[in-house]
Parts: sequence; C-alpha cells; structure tokens
Amino acid sequence: MAAFADFWATYSTLVYSVGIHALLALSLWLTLSCGLLSLANAAFMGIGAYTAALLTLNLHWPFPAALLGGAVAPAVVALIIGAPTLRLSGVYLAMATLAFGEVTRILILNLQITGGPEGLNGIPLLTTGWYIVVILAVAGYGLARIRRSRLGRAFEAIREDEVAARLMGINVESHKLAAFTLGAVLAGVAGALNAHFTFFISPREYGFENAVDILTMTILGGTTSLIGPVLGASILTLLPELMRFLHAYRLAVNGLILVVVVLFLPTGLWDARRFRQLLKNRRARKGGQP
Amino acid sequence: MLEQQLINALTLGSVYALFALGFTLVFGVLEVINLSHGAVFMVGAYAAMTAVTRFHAPLGVAILAALVVSGLLGLTIDALILRRLRARKAPHLIPMIATLGVTTMVTSAAQGLFGVEVQRFPEAMLPTGEFVFGEVHLRTLELGIVAVAFLLMALLFGVMRYTRQGRALRAIAESPKAAALLGINVEGLFMLTSFSAAALGGVAGVLIGLDFNAVTPMMGAPILHKGIAVVILGGMGDIRGALFGGLFLGFAEVLSKAYLSSQMGDAVAFGLLFLILLVRPVGLFGRVLERKA
Repeated sequence: MAAFADFWATYSTLVYSVGIHALLALSLWLTLSCGLLSLANAAFMGIGAYTAALLTLNLHWPFPAALLGGAVAPAVVALIIGAPTLRLSGVYLAMATLAFGEVTRILILNLQITGGPEGLNGIPLLTTGWYIVVILAVAGYGLARIRRSRLGRAFEAIREDEVAARLMGINVESHKLAAFTLGAVLAGVAGALNAHFTFFISPREYGFENAVDILTMTILGGTTSLIGPVLGASILTLLPELMRFLHAYRLAVNGLILVVVVLFLPTGLWDARRFRQLLKNRRARKGGQP
Repeated sequence: MLEQQLINALTLGSVYALFALGFTLVFGVLEVINLSHGAVFMVGAYAAMTAVTRFHAPLGVAILAALVVSGLLGLTIDALILRRLRARKAPHLIPMIATLGVTTMVTSAAQGLFGVEVQRFPEAMLPTGEFVFGEVHLRTLELGIVAVAFLLMALLFGVMRYTRQGRALRAIAESPKAAALLGINVEGLFMLTSFSAAALGGVAGVLIGLDFNAVTPMMGAPILHKGIAVVILGGMGDIRGALFGGLFLGFAEVLSKAYLSSQMGDAVAFGLLFLILLVRPVGLFGRVLERKA
C-alpha cells in the first residue's frame, strides 16, 4: 500500500493526463467516425476550460455545474459555426476548422475576461481521479452504444460514401452537425477537467499544435474501434516521460510517429480486423482445419 | 502615415504571395495540402542564417543557399512520403496528416539544433540605404525584398505560361492520367514541383527573416496559417489567385493593425478565411469549377 501511495504521489498527474487525453482522442474519434477531420477540438477544449474555470473562479459554482457549463458552451459554439462550416468537405473543412481554432485562440489572447496572454491563475483543484474515471467510463460506454445504434451506423455510412448515405434517406447535414457537436462536448469536458487540476490555463495550450497532438493520438491508436484512441492517448502521454533523454528533440518523435503510422499502419495500432486476420493465419498454418 | 503603411503592406504582401504560390502549386499539381510548407519556410530562413553567420556568405549567396536547401528538403519529403502515398492512392486527408507530422519533426529538430531563441542577421550585413520622399522612408531592404519576391514570381509565371514544362504541369493539373497518356513524365514533374515549391517557400522564409530581422524555429506555423488563408482567398491551386490573395492579405493585415487594433491584425487573416470559405469556397477569383475531391 505504501508503495502504491509513493507511486501515486509521483505519477498521479501523469495518470490524470492520460485520462484527459483519452477523452480528447475520443472526442476526435467521434468527429472522424462521421468522416469529418476537425482541427477545432483543441479550441473546443479551450472554450470548455475557460468557461468552467470562470464559473468556479468568479461565480463560485459547484464543480459538477461548472463541468456542465464547460460542456454546454463549446456545444453552443459548435452548433453555431457547424451549420455553415460543415457544408465544406474534406480538406476545406479541415482548413476552416483550423481557421476557427486560430480565431478562438486570438480571441482568448485578447479578451479581458480570459486574462489575456497571462491566462487564468489559481483555479481551484477540484478534479479528482474519480471524476476522470467516471466521465471517461460514461463517455466510453456512451460512444460504444452510439456506435451500435442507428446514429452511429449513419455516421459510418456518411464517412464511407456521403452520396450513398443521402440516398438511403440519412439526413447528412444534421448527422454531421451532431457528430461535430458531440465531439465538441467531449473536448470541452476534457478541457474543464484539465483546468481544474493544472491550476493554471493560458491560450498557448489550445493552439494548432494541440490540435495536431489530439489528431496524432487518435491516428496512432487507430480509428476502427474505441480502444484505439485511448491506446494512442496513453502511449503519447507516457512516451515523453520515457523520452526525456532526447531533450529538445522529444517532440520530433511525435512527428515521426505520425508519418510512420500514416505510411505503414494506415489503420493505426489497434485494428481488430488485423488481429482477427493474424489469428486466422496462425490457425491455418497450424492444422489446416478451423 | 498611410504611404508608409502601404509600403509595409506591399513588402509583407509580396512575401505572403511568394509563400502561398508554392503552397498552391503543390495543391494544383499534386493535389496535396502540404502542411509542411511552413516548416520548409523556416528551414530556408535558417539555411540563410547559417550561411551568413557560419560561412560569412554575402546576402545573395545566402538566399541561394536557402533556395537550394529548402528545395532539397521538399524533394526529400516528396520522395520519402508523398510518392508512397500517391502510389497507394491514399485519400486526400492522408498526405495532409503526414505532412503535419513532418512539420512537428522538422520544427522540433530545428529547436534542438539552433535553440529556441530568436536569431538575428548581423546589422552590418543588411542594406541600410533609404530613399526619402517627403515623409515616406523607403528602405533599400524593403525594396530588395519586394524585388526578389516579384522576380521569383515572374519567373514562375513565365515558366508556367511559356515553357514546355509549364504546359505539361498545367496538363497534369487538369488530369494526371491524361497527361501520362500523352507521354508526359508525370513522376518527374511531381518531383520538380515539390522542389520548386519548397524553394520558393524557403526564399520567402529568408525574406521574412530579413524584414523583421528575426528567425525562430516557431516562425513556420503563423505563416502556414496565413498561407492557407491566402490560397483559400485566391482559390485553391490558382497561382494568379495566390499572388492577389497574398497582396490582399498583406494590405488587410497591415492596415487593420494600423487603424483598428494591433492585436487583432492576426485575426483578420483567419476571419477573412472563414468568411470566404462560407460565402465563396472557390476563392475570390476562382472560376466555378466543380472538381470532386
């Protein structure tokens, strides 16, 4: 028990980060599952973080209510910007969301209420392990249910072929908006949780690089299942700790991972179909009969 | 001091245009959103900086060094990554994600090699001349920047319009398959495009580095975002559009910084980009050309 207490004292922040990054990766997984490459999730995380932090700092709301605020605010923004933006497809959408992310960052940087470049300081430390575990579990369960539902199958149909999906009677626009908004909600909650255990937030944490980080986690893990993003988030959160000896070159590893995965593992690390295929090959080699 | 601001805007705008030209060229010919263009830009600036501080090269040679080094980097990215993805016929988002990885890699490598501090060209190297017209000061440096940018752009336009290679490139932009059937060396021209686009980006890096006299590993990200705004403004893959879009953004940014708010100047680019995408996704000058992505 003492050993565990020691471990926890040293590594609890790392474990918290894994949970929060997993939530972020899942948020992008959701938008990707509908075929939308969004670089706005870091911005939604920021909106959630700032909203929740301002609610607890200035209005002294209880933490669960502030978390709810951190989920609602990005959802509202996603609904407003999503309606016109989601008409764009593929790379155009990616660039529009990139622009939205930059505008958000610059706004946070220049507004009075967000504390400008200095950010917000002295956010109460309200996030406990239980919050992260419960929210992650609820999100994971919810997403697993969505995947197997009419909604999730519609997302998949849109991702595979938008025209065909439309011909099947799926309302493409509203489904895209739903995926985009739900993704924003998850990212916002992750941001709110993060703000209440790092004590301090600044606009620098919600820029383009962070959007790329989220994308890297999701792509590395693989988007064919829910395990992929969580795995990717865990690896990319723990990896920098193991790579400390690389000093300034540490981030280069992230870039390399992204390139290598795209080139050689297009479906990511966790691909259930590949595992099944491997197992089958092995059985076939062993006896010939199934 | 409107005249002074206009000169600043022209300088900045011409470099934006030069940068965006390479970006849009790669999109037009290879159909790749090359998000490593900002990193290549930064590498160009460091190549020139190294040539000047390490090897005491004159400015002209330094610009040439930037052109070659960044061009070779572009060629390497094409040979190692983009070519494989082309062979696999990967969907459009895939090369975009891969070049994003390249950006992280190159930026981090530059931080390791050169440190995160701002590096400056030695003052003695920079041309100090000044033409004074009434209240307007026209620095030789700015004049040189505009001249180099426009010279390279004119060169590109000339090549695209009047040479065999240019015609071949335009044919590829229409349809790589048909171009290959006509006996055009498509792979070779893809590589040439990657080289020249990166070379233009690298020179743009030196010019911005000279204009602000500051070179940092992080200088690639903001210009990449602005470059994206420019090509969206001018229409994706449209080289004339990149020229006008770049100049337009230069003027919009400088004037809004001068007359609205110094902080919000940066938001102008992205506000414009956002607006254009919503209202007119083909760009300000783009023809309405349905091409399914």
